[in-house]
Amino acid sequence: MLQGYGPIIVEGAWLTLTLALCSMALAILLGLTGAALRLSPLRWLANLGDAYATLIRGIPDLVLILLIFYGGQDLVNRIAPSLGYTAYIDINPFVAGVFTMGFIFGAYLSETFRGAFMAIAKGQAEAGAAYGMSGAQVFLRILVPQMIRFAIPGFTNNWLVLTKATALISVVGLQDMMFKAKNAADATREPFTFYLAVAGLYLLLTSVSLLLLRAVEKRYSAGVRTAEI
Amino acid sequence: MLDFHLILSSLPLYASGLLVTFELLLIALALGLLLAVPLALMRVSRSPLVNFPAWLYTYVIRGTPMLVQLFLLYYGLAQFDVIRDSFMWPYFSSATFCACLAFAINTSAYTSEILAGSLKATPPGEIEAARAMGMSRAQLYRRILLPSAMRRALPQYSNEVIMMLHTTSLASLVTLIDLTGAARTISSQYYMPFEAFITAGLFYLVLTVGLVRLFKYAELRWLAHLTPRKH
Repeated sequence: MLQGYGPIIVEGAWLTLTLALCSMALAILLGLTGAALRLSPLRWLANLGDAYATLIRGIPDLVLILLIFYGGQDLVNRIAPSLGYTAYIDINPFVAGVFTMGFIFGAYLSETFRGAFMAIAKGQAEAGAAYGMSGAQVFLRILVPQMIRFAIPGFTNNWLVLTKATALISVVGLQDMMFKAKNAADATREPFTFYLAVAGLYLLLTSVSLLLLRAVEKRYSAGVRTAEI
Repeated sequence: MLDFHLILSSLPLYASGLLVTFELLLIALALGLLLAVPLALMRVSRSPLVNFPAWLYTYVIRGTPMLVQLFLLYYGLAQFDVIRDSFMWPYFSSATFCACLAFAINTSAYTSEILAGSLKATPPGEIEAARAMGMSRAQLYRRILLPSAMRRALPQYSNEVIMMLHTTSLASLVTLIDLTGAARTISSQYYMPFEAFITAGLFYLVLTVGLVRLFKYAELRWLAHLTPRKH
């Protein structure tokens, strides 16, 4: 039915998954940094974090992708000659994709993490300090493990949006499954078949993610009392 | 190093793109909301026969990328002779029609889940009071449940509207010249991608901030009964 294009699309699906995972790793790093900035008692640091979150969340992903990929490449090549570097610099679409998606979803995650940190009872950090823990110890031993539980619903949402948004990177030439499907559709003149196949693969990806993250949520909610209504 | 002169002279193109973006957004939201209300009512039904189709619809739509849905409609349907030969072809061969339809379908799935959540969170007292007044089921929904749920859904719906504004940028990938399309045209015409896209980004940023303000105002107007007491 896929006229021999099946393996090629699966190869693309693998790239989609790799891109999503790498972007998420970067996004978590940026999200934690962003959340720490926004919760900082120093005014200018908090403002910096807010500006990052507001700017990125106010602009469509596609525009940011085009801006960072084409605009970034253009800018790099405009600046490079003044630094004595004359060869044309071609940015690798995968690296650009990871940086773009990581940068965008870092902003969304900073909001998720900020809310999760704020949901932890104040007494927890105070108790840690009373035990003589340093600031870093309180953060890593007390706050982060509890933050994870509060952050999982938001994180699940962010992850699902991210996996779906990776499809946009195909626009700038990354050969993910969307890109492969477009090629196959053009070659066979059967676009519906291939886009439907890719839709099925995305649905599989999001469904498996949902199941996995639900298990993680259960793991991190161990010992939390709930009441049935 | 940055050159915004050409951008200034291309402002008319951005302005016409802005109109297309508005048009897409308004049509998608209106159609989407129209579809979302019955879907939400199905989603709160206790009968699995009614609930399941609506659940499946929202699950599939929310589990696949908007880009794939748009391409399926615009490029995909052309594969079938049945559609090419039908009276519907003039519509399905139009990028504007397909984009509006795809966006409306997409937002209807998200909006119906928001509405269903809000309906389920109706305070039991409201329903009991309506029953005690002798209202029929239809009256209960029309007078009590829907107005109350729609108000309480406002904060979440404002996020959906902003997501939808951002989603309309995908229209530029099916040949439409919306705000993003205008930026792409200018970018390739003058080869100034940075200036072209940053300008489009600024437009979207202003629109987003405007929408946030608008919804804050709407919440003040329609959710006044739920705001915490000032003193």
